[in-house]
Amino acid sequence: MTIQEKMLEARPAPKSTVGPVAWLRANLFSGPVNTVFTLLGLYLLYLLLTPTIQWAFINADWIGTSRDDCSREGACWVFVNARLGQFIYGLYPGSEIWRVNLTFATFAGLIAWLAIPRLPYKRWVAVATLVGFPVLAYFLLYGGHFGLRVVETHRWGGLMLTLVLAVVGMVGALPIGIMLALGRRSQMPIVKSFCVVFIEFWRGVPLITVLFMASVMLPLFMPTGVSVDRLIRAFIGITLFQSAYMAEVIRGGLQAIPRGQEEAAAALGMGYWKRMGLIVLPQALKMMIPGIVNTFISLFKDTTLVMIIGLFDLLGIVQAALSDSRWLGFALEGYVFAAFVFWVFCFSMSRYSQYLERKLHTGHKR
Amino acid sequence: MIDNNTMARLMPVILLTLGATGLAQASTLEDVRDQGHVRCGVNAAQPGFSALDDEDNYRGLDTDVCRAIAAAVLGDAESVRYVPLDSVERFTAIQSGEVDVLSRTTTWTSSRDTSMGVNFTGVSYYDGQAFMVASDLGVNSALELDGADVCTQSGTTSELNLADFFRVNDMSYNPIVFDSPEQAIAGFEAGRCDVLSSDASQLYSQRMQLPDPDSAVVLADIISKEPLGPAVRQGDDQWFNIVKWSLFAMINAEEMGITQANVEEMLDSEDPDIARLLGRDGNYGEGMGLEADWAYQIISQVGNYGEMFDRTVGDGSEFKIARGLNALWTEGGILYAPPIR
Repeated sequence: MTIQEKMLEARPAPKSTVGPVAWLRANLFSGPVNTVFTLLGLYLLYLLLTPTIQWAFINADWIGTSRDDCSREGACWVFVNARLGQFIYGLYPGSEIWRVNLTFATFAGLIAWLAIPRLPYKRWVAVATLVGFPVLAYFLLYGGHFGLRVVETHRWGGLMLTLVLAVVGMVGALPIGIMLALGRRSQMPIVKSFCVVFIEFWRGVPLITVLFMASVMLPLFMPTGVSVDRLIRAFIGITLFQSAYMAEVIRGGLQAIPRGQEEAAAALGMGYWKRMGLIVLPQALKMMIPGIVNTFISLFKDTTLVMIIGLFDLLGIVQAALSDSRWLGFALEGYVFAAFVFWVFCFSMSRYSQYLERKLHTGHKR
Repeated sequence: MIDNNTMARLMPVILLTLGATGLAQASTLEDVRDQGHVRCGVNAAQPGFSALDDEDNYRGLDTDVCRAIAAAVLGDAESVRYVPLDSVERFTAIQSGEVDVLSRTTTWTSSRDTSMGVNFTGVSYYDGQAFMVASDLGVNSALELDGADVCTQSGTTSELNLADFFRVNDMSYNPIVFDSPEQAIAGFEAGRCDVLSSDASQLYSQRMQLPDPDSAVVLADIISKEPLGPAVRQGDDQWFNIVKWSLFAMINAEEMGITQANVEEMLDSEDPDIARLLGRDGNYGEGMGLEADWAYQIISQVGNYGEMFDRTVGDGSEFKIARGLNALWTEGGILYAPPIR
């Protein structure tokens, strides 16, 4: 009888249970039905991807300056390349583009500061982002002070306009939305009914109608010669519309906070604003992140509707470029480019929200 | 060019209800001089008529009309603020004073002229519905299209015109209706139909979107009247005259052979007509509140009608649209401008 004196070396798990092969077997080829479907899926993917890759990369033309440089066998990225400046900055004068760059670099810097946990002075940076930055952005983008020349809003366009609209909509809608949500839960009848009517009205009409009214009907009600800038009309329309949606998302979050929380705060002698600001909202906002980001992403995409009031956002400027007689027939390339840019922005927002959720996770999820 | 949707049909009702017609106006000319530019309502994207090029400029026949007005009024063709307008929005924009002139491939029709609160000042382009066929089909006339599959766009007058044309000529056809010009040309390219029918100006730009534009031809037959022209607000006759005569000046200049290149020499011409047009003899701008050299400014900065046509939609452009109806009356077209005297 032998006695095993030493522990046996741990042996690697059998090949059939770990590693890529095992993963494939477990997930893709675990039975005849799954195997057939896997193969079918791969075949469909092959059918779909081959022409796409052929078109977008292999047969595509990348360099050149005019439509003659495109073979027409694949995508003509020359078109997007030649128009890139216009797609990003719209009709913003070439010599002033640094102002747009500076504005968005500042914004990206501020957001990055807020997003990276190690950096200090978060509170001050947050105040700068919400209060200081809009003022700075106005002076930089519009100009008219400090020796900067005025760039009127009809020259704004492209990605820059899309971002401006989205950021203004978001920054404006969140506080108004919070106020409306609190108002709708209020005991005061006038405040409550105002908020209910406001929310139900703006939520009840499509954004396209709001913009359309702002651009077609509003000028008829104004005295002749008085006209509100189109961009301002769009800002107001989008912000009011979005705040109604935001209010309902926030109200949903507020309702998820047990009543005991507020009652306990009241028992400690806190007033209404302290109860809300210190106890209820911090817990509620955390839970609302998916909803809020969802609303933001949909707003970001909804900004393309400003096209109907004659503002050239990213999609609008792409469409305008498609009708240039020197570049006719490259619609697919233009739309693919616009879709890609939108996807990049929306996807990053969605990833950031997931990160935020993890960071703020304090065991409230069930 | 007519978008046959409900909003467009409701528009006159709305305008009238609001009592928007006949608003007392300050002089548009004074406003334009004060603001330093002409606000011109244009199409955001209509190849050959108004389209953005890669240098951020609008180019096209409609926008050149705006430039001519700016040259006449302000002496600078570049003093134009383009306001891109939707097809429904356009009449409100001109009504409410958001734009000074509307030059947006707008068909001059009686209902628009009488109930939209606008006045059309003339015709800058005689358009009409036409047919495009594959060139290897060997068709030379629209009357040979019996039994054809015809691609067209929904929601436009094209559908209606098409039905009328085939019924009147006792021919049959099979309509294939698409929602947008891009889809229609894609359908044509894919061989879904033998014929594509739309306004001629649009057909030429759709033709350019084919991989090989020479594989299709636009037939000479025109089956509907679509006169496109600039429009102004009702109630300011002085401004109406300025816009009207800016276009007439360009047509007259072509008739007299004055071009952008030779306008300086023409200043010394003995021809009394030319001297009157260029402001060397008498002051024909005075009646409109303009300088005597208003027409000279138009021709030296924008050119005559023929030059404008060639540059934007004619032989000098990608579209190579024949002058056809848009030729001078002396050259077989119907372009005729009253004399300046």
